[in-house]
Amino acid sequence: MPNSLYIACIPLLPLVSFALLGLFGTRVFKNLSGLLATVLLVVSTILAIWVAYNYFFHFGQANGIYQRIIAGQVTWLRFSSELSIDMGLMLDPISCMMIVVVSFISLMVHIYSLSYMKGEERYPTYYAFLSLFTFSMLGLVLSSNMFQIYIFWELVGVSSYLLIGYYYDRPGAVKASQKAFIVTRFADLGFLIGILVLSFYSNTLDFNTLIERLTNPASPGLKTALASSFLGISAITWGSVLVFMGGAGKSAMFPLHIWLPDAMEGPTPVSALIHAATMVVAGVYLVARLFPVFSISAPASLDLVTFVGVLSALLAALIACTQTDIKRVLAYSTMSQIGFMMFSLGVARHGHEEQLGYSASMFHLFTHAFFKALLFLCAGIIIHLVHSNEMNDMGGIRKNLPVTHICFLIACLAISGIPPFAGFFSKEEILQASWQRNKVVFWIALTTSGITAFYMFRLYFKIFWHKPLGHQASHADTAEGDTMIRLPLVILAIGSLLTGFIPFGRFVSADGTPVHTDLNLIFSVGPVLVGLAGIFLARWLYLNKNDAPEKIKNGTRALYTAAYHKFYIDEIYVFITRRIIFNLVGKPAAWFDRNVVDGLVNTTGNTTQIVSKKIKGLQSGKVQEYAIYFLLGAGGLALLFIYGWK
Amino acid sequence: MHPGLNHLLFVSTSLFFIGVYGFFTRRNLVTILMSVELILNSVNLNFIAFNKYLWPHRLDGAFFTVFVIAIAAAEAAVAIAIIINLYRSHQSIDVEKAEELKY
Amino acid sequence: MSGSTIIFYLLAALTLVSGFLAVTSRMIFRSAIFLLFSLFGIAGLYLWLQYEFIFAVQIVVYVGGIAVLIIFSIFLTQKSGEELPSQNRSRRILSALAALAGMLLILTQIYQHNFVGSTEKPEEVSVARIGSQMLDVTDQGYALPFEVVSMLLLAAMIGCIVIAMRSSDKKQGST
Repeated sequence: MPNSLYIACIPLLPLVSFALLGLFGTRVFKNLSGLLATVLLVVSTILAIWVAYNYFFHFGQANGIYQRIIAGQVTWLRFSSELSIDMGLMLDPISCMMIVVVSFISLMVHIYSLSYMKGEERYPTYYAFLSLFTFSMLGLVLSSNMFQIYIFWELVGVSSYLLIGYYYDRPGAVKASQKAFIVTRFADLGFLIGILVLSFYSNTLDFNTLIERLTNPASPGLKTALASSFLGISAITWGSVLVFMGGAGKSAMFPLHIWLPDAMEGPTPVSALIHAATMVVAGVYLVARLFPVFSISAPASLDLVTFVGVLSALLAALIACTQTDIKRVLAYSTMSQIGFMMFSLGVARHGHEEQLGYSASMFHLFTHAFFKALLFLCAGIIIHLVHSNEMNDMGGIRKNLPVTHICFLIACLAISGIPPFAGFFSKEEILQASWQRNKVVFWIALTTSGITAFYMFRLYFKIFWHKPLGHQASHADTAEGDTMIRLPLVILAIGSLLTGFIPFGRFVSADGTPVHTDLNLIFSVGPVLVGLAGIFLARWLYLNKNDAPEKIKNGTRALYTAAYHKFYIDEIYVFITRRIIFNLVGKPAAWFDRNVVDGLVNTTGNTTQIVSKKIKGLQSGKVQEYAIYFLLGAGGLALLFIYGWK
Repeated sequence: MHPGLNHLLFVSTSLFFIGVYGFFTRRNLVTILMSVELILNSVNLNFIAFNKYLWPHRLDGAFFTVFVIAIAAAEAAVAIAIIINLYRSHQSIDVEKAEELKY
Repeated sequence: MSGSTIIFYLLAALTLVSGFLAVTSRMIFRSAIFLLFSLFGIAGLYLWLQYEFIFAVQIVVYVGGIAVLIIFSIFLTQKSGEELPSQNRSRRILSALAALAGMLLILTQIYQHNFVGSTEKPEEVSVARIGSQMLDVTDQGYALPFEVVSMLLLAAMIGCIVIAMRSSDKKQGST
């Protein structure tokens, strides 16, 4: 096993770079800050890959089962001999996978940003925030206890907030960052309560102990948790559901997804890193982390996970078909794909046969990180070229951006689930898992996957074809001219091509035993055909300019309008907060505040004032009057002590 | 009747309250200072009387008197400096007119 | 009635009467002279009590120092022959009542209280003894208060100079 110091370095190196850039970035490092952060992250990434490699192939297994290993732990806050808050490093299949994903994607984004963000005024600050995010995310995935994960959970929230609001002079960005912060904070409230519930019944914060105590039917904690119920639902289910609420907020699951599309106000590389590949999957990671508790003790909460996941996947896919801002399309597609991961976890159960969904979900998380980051990075280049986020301003730029074109195509094929690209394998497993468990989920998932193929290729054709070639020729060389920009694209494209061939189930599964993921060719025919159908539909509608899309739009006006307006979910939020919460809670509270609270304060103040006005004559400035009062006071005290103090 | 401790205490108490009366009724700062001197002297007389009749084998009362006298001298000097200063700024040393330090 | 008793009553009367006149006289200079007499009376009482050293200090510091200082300040701040403004009647009555009430309170306490003195053999109050005890640092010594008082006198001296100087500076600045 590697020295725990090396493992600790994985999150700590980005912290060092955050501290250096945050403190001295604008004055000392200036244009070198990007390079500094990148170099430190390279070390971190190499360490992460090395640790993961060693874990999977050398020390992770015991008797053929991957163990949860605490690689290092320091006691940070000791409340009692039983309860303390620790800072630990936990290695298990999913955390090893996640450190690789996070550090690798983050590295790609760092490299990409070297030239993409060049010349930005707050260039060092940007890298400082990126480093902070990388540190927090790595800390999050390595957390060994509930409280630690909560701390890092909030830290990634903060860094996400900072990066969404990076262009703080744009009102939209400021609003979006606040929205993201408030919505995720609201969800985190649930998470915190969930943590308290779970740790209250298990008497621990430590993941290993907590999982062991809450899954062992003989443990007293689980018995009480199952016995005590609220609204007819057992405490442990409540705890799991509340934890899932936190995860849903961070992962932009319906109905807490409203912040994600707005978060696209941030710089595009940030969207690629935080709002596509890493941070938004933290919710999935959290559910996976506590999966034994969910599946053994609170299976009802997994049904909720399934439901929310499927609904988010379908809704987001429908909305994505109508959006015209390419980053928003990608945001909704992210949401949809995370929905896939979520319901895949939801359909999994504990036990060797039924845990396919778990591995599939993690596999999809892994592959999705590559192709979604790739899509965003491509989108960044495209936006730089046409200076607009709107699809309608694009079209026919495939010759201007040859590398981007190919990479984007690979990513689209991957997300659509076309073999042999990465998305095919992971999506295939998800579909298999849901087929085993729940046919309704399977059919919805299949439909969604077709819609996914359609809207991704709608995006692809609208950007790269649709219009005659070359009308953007003036920018031909500037956009992807730099190797530093092309390098991450190519690496990620190769990743999107090859990661599917990793026998993922061998390494990552719910109970540590290898899961067999045979590629069932007959089963795969259906999904692939659906995907191809989506692609060809998109090709027919969008390859060249024609009036078919308009006709369809008019034919399905109600659905189109609803989807275009994101099913009015934002409006429902506004309605609920403005009309209901403000009127029913806020206004009475305001009245109470104005009349009762303020009244009390004002009465106190006014009384004091009136009394002071009445007695301020005593303070006459005449020294002899003071002397008389003094004598009277002294005499009174003398009398009191002589006669009254017997 | 030979005068004893009580006689001396009567003198000092009377002198003390004569000083207090003067302190209350005088308007001129110099005369107020004089009242304060009377008060201090009555206290000194007390110290000496107690020393004489109750602790004749010790000298503590006498020492206290000496120190009070020394401090009274310092106090008088500072007070007169303040009075003269006040006279410069107000052209008067009437306490009724020096009443800026109020609400 | 022995001579000593008569002397005591005379001294007490001198002290109280001239003290009373000192606080009531309308002519400030007379009031200062009465204060001087009152201080003499006190000094006489010290002598009557056989504290010759305190008597000497009283004469030197009070009569020779403070009284002169007061008279000096009267010359600086007052036009001679001018009558002092009188305090209003209600204030005078209130003050007299307060002083009398306080005096009654204290006197009743004094006469009700039974003072118990030490029975040890009285010792002579010699200047030599006062001097050696004043500078003694052992149990009965007063070296520390002595030093403290000397610091206080120094501070008072500097304070007087500062107060006087600052105002003259201001005056120069303003004119």
